[in-house]
Amino acid sequence: MKYLLQIYPAAGEFEELSEDEQEAIVGEYLAIERSPGVLGGDQLQPVETATTVRVEDGETLLTDGPFVDAKEHLGGYLLVEADDLDAALEIAARIPAARMGGAVEVRPLVER
Amino acid sequence: MVGFLGDFDLAEEAAQEAFTIAAEHWPRDGPPANPGAWLTITARNRAIDRLRRDRVLAEKTRLLEVPEVIEGEMNLGAVGFPDERLELIFTCCHPSLRLEAQVALTLRALGGLSTEQIARAFLVPEETMKRRLSRAKRKIRDAAIPFRVPAEHLLPERLAAVLAVVYLIFNEGYGGRGDLAAEALRLGAALAELMPDEPEVHGLVALMLLDDARRDARFADGELVLLADQDRTRWDAATITRGRQALDRAFALQGRGAYVVQAAIASLHMEEPRDWPQIAGLYGELVRLTGSAVVELNRAIAVAEVDGPEAGLALVDRLDLDGYQYFHSTRADLLRRLGRAEEARTEYERALELAHTEPERRFLRRRIAEVSA
Repeated sequence: MKYLLQIYPAAGEFEELSEDEQEAIVGEYLAIERSPGVLGGDQLQPVETATTVRVEDGETLLTDGPFVDAKEHLGGYLLVEADDLDAALEIAARIPAARMGGAVEVRPLVER
Repeated sequence: MVGFLGDFDLAEEAAQEAFTIAAEHWPRDGPPANPGAWLTITARNRAIDRLRRDRVLAEKTRLLEVPEVIEGEMNLGAVGFPDERLELIFTCCHPSLRLEAQVALTLRALGGLSTEQIARAFLVPEETMKRRLSRAKRKIRDAAIPFRVPAEHLLPERLAAVLAVVYLIFNEGYGGRGDLAAEALRLGAALAELMPDEPEVHGLVALMLLDDARRDARFADGELVLLADQDRTRWDAATITRGRQALDRAFALQGRGAYVVQAAIASLHMEEPRDWPQIAGLYGELVRLTGSAVVELNRAIAVAEVDGPEAGLALVDRLDLDGYQYFHSTRADLLRRLGRAEEARTEYERALELAHTEPERRFLRRRIAEVSA
């Protein structure tokens, strides 16, 4: 089963850490990306860099910013292959954002 | 069946078909030597047939390899069939499911209650309960919630979730033909049988039995009677004995978790005279386990019995439970015992504002009259 782990860090939490602490957190993320079952993952650039696309009546409409204007935004993701939900949840629980006031959404992919 | 097929509905339908075949054939041919096993095997075969016919479904269903015994003869004497109740209850109580869904699934899959019965028990429309169950079953299938007893490192928190569901069923269900307490007691007994080395399971069973033993004494003329005022001759002695046996089993297993401690407190409360020092000590343990201010309030009451109302009041005054009826009634009682009538009256009146049953209101009005005299 494949799952997408969507990482929502608490706004500003990471930025408030010291350089050393930040480096340690990044190290953790990289180690998780290299763990068994993790097929890939990336960090997203900040939400200010986002552009949202809609097409209406053949016209492409662009807006500056994310799709949903919320306090927390998607910060990154992991693509995981796991036997069952518990295995995917264990990986999610190791993600630093989860213990630093943020959250990780775990959702299975549609198998085609 | 659920573990084999990973899909509640398919399992249920296959089981239904097996029962139908049995109903048709057994009256004519007589039942097989091992009816239970026959039903399970037949249900699996029907399910496999259906899956073979529907390949798309087969792809989506995690079909495990078919054991040879199914293809072979139906001489089932020697074959053991695994009791999957434990796997089932952990699946039903998986924390990724909403609590109300966990409760409904547990009652459906383990209690065998109908959707209608469960809906009535929790005072929701049948349609709502049907949707709740469907959504939960779909999530189990689509998100691949595993069908197994959780691994060692997950077991404590997962078991706590299961016990919480059972205790919730015990406390909050109102049945049409009697409440769900009996259902919860059955579930507790099954858990105790399936996980005999888990002290918290025995602790919960003890707690429920000791509560259930007082069932007949709890109401007089349709009104709630406090423990201290209950007619003890209406307590079920046999149930109390079973409750205390379960508690002993928990202690023998070095149990010191929240349910064991609560059961121990319940057991002590039912003795006359009460061992207040022990009760106070146990409440102290429970506070450490739960961090609950309400538990600390109860501890303060016990401490007052041991060290006097001054000591109890000191503890109560440290709590932030303004607006909680029993906080005010407890403060009032301690102030009254210290001869501080004015302050006691104020607190009794506050408690009276918050009281929600007539017996409680009558009791508080009597106290107000006493301290105003």
